[in-house]
Amino acid sequence: MGYPHQPHQRETTVLSRYFGDAEARTLAGWKNRGGYQALEKALAMAPADIVNVVKESGLRGRGGAGFPTGMKWSFMKPGDGKPHYLCCNADESEPGTFKDRELMRWTPHALVEGCAIGAYAIGAETAYIYIRGEFTEPLHWMNEAVKEAYAAGIIGRNAMGTGKRIDVHVHKGAGAYICGEETALMNSLEGRRGNPRIKPPFPAVSGVFGMPTTINNVETLIAAIPILMNGADWYRKMSLSNPKSTGTKLYSVCGNIERPGTYEVVMGFPFRDFLYDVCGGPLPGRKFKAVIPGGVSVPIQSMEEAEATLMDYEGFVAQGSMLGSGGVILIDDAQSMVAVIARIARFFAHESCAQCTQCREGTAWTTKILERIRDGQGTTEDLDTLLDIAEQMTGKTICVLSDSCATPVVSGIKKFGREFEALIQGRTYVSVMEAVA
Amino acid sequence: MPEKKMITLTIEGRQVSVPEGTTILEAAKQVGVLIPHYCYHPGLPVAGVCRMCLVDVEKAPKLAPSCATTVADGQVVHVYNDKSLEARKGVLEMLLINHPLDCPICDQSGECELQDYTYQEGREDSRYREPKRFNPAEDFGGDVVYVPNRCILCTRCVRFMDDVAQDPVLNVSERGDRAVIGKFDGRDLTHPWAANVVDLCPVGALLSKDFLNKARAWELDRTASVCPNCTQGCNVMMETRENQVVRIRPRPNEYVNAYFMCDWGRLNYRWMNEKNRVERPMIRQAGGLSPVSWERAISAAAASLKGRRVFVAASPMLSNEALFLLTQLMASGSFRVTEGDEAPLPGIEDLALRRERAANVHGAEALGFTKTRDLLGGLAQGDVLVVAGEDLAGIDPAALSKASEIVVLGSVLPSGVTNPAVVLPIANFAEEEGTVTNLRGRVQRFTQARQAPGETRPSWLVLGDLLGAMGKQSSFFLPSDVFARLASSHKAFAGLSYDTLGFKGLPLATAEATGPKAPLAMGLA
Amino acid sequence: MPPAPETMGGPESPDYASHDHAAHAPYEPVFVAGSASRRELDELIPRYPQKMAALLPALWIVQRERGWVSNEGMAEVAALLELTPAYVKGVVTFYTMYHQHPVGKYFIQVCTTSPCGICGAEDVVKAFVRHTNTGELGVTSADGRFTVIEVECLGACGFATPVMINEEFIESVTPAKVPNILAALK
Repeated sequence: MGYPHQPHQRETTVLSRYFGDAEARTLAGWKNRGGYQALEKALAMAPADIVNVVKESGLRGRGGAGFPTGMKWSFMKPGDGKPHYLCCNADESEPGTFKDRELMRWTPHALVEGCAIGAYAIGAETAYIYIRGEFTEPLHWMNEAVKEAYAAGIIGRNAMGTGKRIDVHVHKGAGAYICGEETALMNSLEGRRGNPRIKPPFPAVSGVFGMPTTINNVETLIAAIPILMNGADWYRKMSLSNPKSTGTKLYSVCGNIERPGTYEVVMGFPFRDFLYDVCGGPLPGRKFKAVIPGGVSVPIQSMEEAEATLMDYEGFVAQGSMLGSGGVILIDDAQSMVAVIARIARFFAHESCAQCTQCREGTAWTTKILERIRDGQGTTEDLDTLLDIAEQMTGKTICVLSDSCATPVVSGIKKFGREFEALIQGRTYVSVMEAVA
Repeated sequence: MPEKKMITLTIEGRQVSVPEGTTILEAAKQVGVLIPHYCYHPGLPVAGVCRMCLVDVEKAPKLAPSCATTVADGQVVHVYNDKSLEARKGVLEMLLINHPLDCPICDQSGECELQDYTYQEGREDSRYREPKRFNPAEDFGGDVVYVPNRCILCTRCVRFMDDVAQDPVLNVSERGDRAVIGKFDGRDLTHPWAANVVDLCPVGALLSKDFLNKARAWELDRTASVCPNCTQGCNVMMETRENQVVRIRPRPNEYVNAYFMCDWGRLNYRWMNEKNRVERPMIRQAGGLSPVSWERAISAAAASLKGRRVFVAASPMLSNEALFLLTQLMASGSFRVTEGDEAPLPGIEDLALRRERAANVHGAEALGFTKTRDLLGGLAQGDVLVVAGEDLAGIDPAALSKASEIVVLGSVLPSGVTNPAVVLPIANFAEEEGTVTNLRGRVQRFTQARQAPGETRPSWLVLGDLLGAMGKQSSFFLPSDVFARLASSHKAFAGLSYDTLGFKGLPLATAEATGPKAPLAMGLA
Repeated sequence: MPPAPETMGGPESPDYASHDHAAHAPYEPVFVAGSASRRELDELIPRYPQKMAALLPALWIVQRERGWVSNEGMAEVAALLELTPAYVKGVVTFYTMYHQHPVGKYFIQVCTTSPCGICGAEDVVKAFVRHTNTGELGVTSADGRFTVIEVECLGACGFATPVMINEEFIESVTPAKVPNILAALK
């Protein structure tokens, strides 16, 4: 649903169906809408069977990496004698992304249900929902939903009367982008600085508290509900493109666009139609100049690339970017790409955890150079230096925050180099915009 | 313990087989390739953050941190190909963008890993044109001062305090390029082993207040030795400038002290440079003590001792060699030892600043000296008293009156001794060579770090000459000769020699344990 | 062109400002036996297999009760969770939402990250600074009522510009709305 707008007829509202429907927030309201039936069904199944259904559905991680969910769940070895944990990544820290916020504030019970299903499927008795501290409203509704679910015996020592224990706890973050990285989230949950960990060991071997752990995005876990209710085939068929990308996907749309909001379309939806039709196109009198389709970490697309994109994991890659977190940021012709990219770099410099040299120093250095260019103090060597720093920041650190900072710099210089060059040549912003118009 | 599976791989064209679980970085050391690194230290948990040790492993999608990547069969590792060199060059440039170019005033200069690797593999210039970040220096307490501008955030210090000292008083504070090593107001680096963070720091960010501005690294002479300040026997380097001991730092030995030494041992060296010394042999003549030649002094001492019952008050700082020779002339001997609180380093098994604050308590006992609080209790009426290395501080002078005669071997005149027959000036611990035996019975060599003043001679040489003059045996040419005699006459020392001891020592035949029960995984620091 | 943010994230930002703590009243412990906060913490701890995991929640309680997390607050939490104050400080300084110094009665956070930045967030920041009489970012107004800071992504990019005032989240703020928003604060 194109919340805060009425759903567009070309949307397929599976997960967003109840956005804006305040009654869906309560346990009674959720049950009236068919809530917790999937959990009941799941608890009557063998965990391996749940994993298989999810595998067959083709569901892939909705947090950014797109790893097949069923396969991830299957890494959790049953009967290893260790406590297993499910972590729900509700840190949603990627700028441009706010779909999980809507899921949690409108359908908090869906996440409780999704967590309970996921926990049961991977042999975990405890699920932690790690929600970023800034999400005061989602935190409120999630806490309420968890409380209601405990009170109703849906979760707890004897989940839905099955004798199975499933605890779900909400854990509040405290302001750190990097805690959206799975191992940083685990460190943060343990009461540490949110530093990403070296992998291996992978979470399925040694995750939170040193135990086998699966970590899933909010949207991924909630998607398990309709998959269990309607079957893998039903989900797999929701694709307009290829069998590797199935189901529906939520997109957060923001920036310079007529109708920003959260939209749900099936995989393979034409990006051009999405931007101009579903989301209403550019602001009056403006033209789109660029799109960042998956949160600020992914490469910037030119409009030519964007308009040729089919919206799925492979489709965005084919057009020079990535699906990422589904945070679609529109940049119109009133913006300076240099300023936009400088601001993105500043974000990463602020958020670098400080562990790896290239990230700690490179994000700040990149920011300083970009801001200098933006302010008309750039030199001709700066672009080469930026690309060189970006190369040093790519593929060399524990996590990909460093790469994420380098990505818009590289794609920005490659696709919008004229704006950089014009600023370096000492022109004013206005004349730059005229030059590139 | 079952044998670990051996893994064979190729590093820089050299094949090496190492036990499963070994890291590429440690495996490379075995074929003589030191992969540049900062955050890695073999005595600390792996952090993998500096990214300096990235190497190119064939078929791997990305460069691998060699400190955190374990070996696999058939791996082909390139440390010096373009890809790896470019990555290291990049790290070095990044580390330097906010690092002040203050090598000329930095204590670390000359022994700085940032300087070394930049010189070897870094860029010739910096492309950084922006202002450098600045944070003021901070007193961390204890012997440590922190200069954040030079810090490369390798976190060795934090990991040492967390995991080895197990006193987490340091942290990484803040994020991004604002990050610094921090501590909590009012909680200082007062742990008795805290100064190790200065050695661990690969750059000039953590400095010793004691060593501050004292010397440039290239002015120092370094001597392998053993810390004489307690019975643990930590292996050390004694560092001298212009014949003055100016710093003592730990030398790795997995059987004794891993990579570390305590602050007490480290900072307790000024006595080695003592200026107020007896520098010439003297004998008693009309009008008091008069300087004489060594020949006359030795003859006089031999004459005093010959045919008399001899009681020795020895110092437990003396070497096995000196103590052994003393046993050849004495009827009985005692020693006393200063005591303090034991202070363990929790992260390393059986490593502590020991209660007994002298190097050779165990050796003295093994050779037949009696440990006592009443140093002269065994002195019988009419004995000749030999005071060897003991300053007799706090001893009631009346106790000396039982002695029929007093012969002094020492670096100072003992307190209360007013009119000895002979004074034979001997070298102190830093000025001679020998062995000491630690509390677990490990015999370890120490070597001469500074020249003894005046006509002072090594204790073993003086005692050998004295025994020769008494007709007891011929003189010795080298301390190893004395040790060989000792080894042949004492069962516990049987089979040991300077050659077999090397510079890590060996346990006495009678010793049960030798420090850490399982040697740590040791590599070059 | 949107004006550049001037003071995000650097050592000059309020997140990193050092303040003289001595001027404040003596610290009153938050988790005294029998208190509601102590009961809350005691209920939180068993949710995790390790006591340390209650650190972030415990710091949140301190901030809720005292308005900020002082050194004394860190030391109190450290003792309860068997940690050292230095460790706790390392954690506190990692997370930008813990105040390491007192802030105004209304702590106003305006998102200026790229998606909001291109929708005019800078002007919203300016409006807040002007109408609160704080003069500059990170500074508390003379009457102690307001502190305004820029903040990185609040996660509501489709509702540019989102603003958080204490725990309250306000969407789609424009400069024109700022006076009314402030007037509604008691």
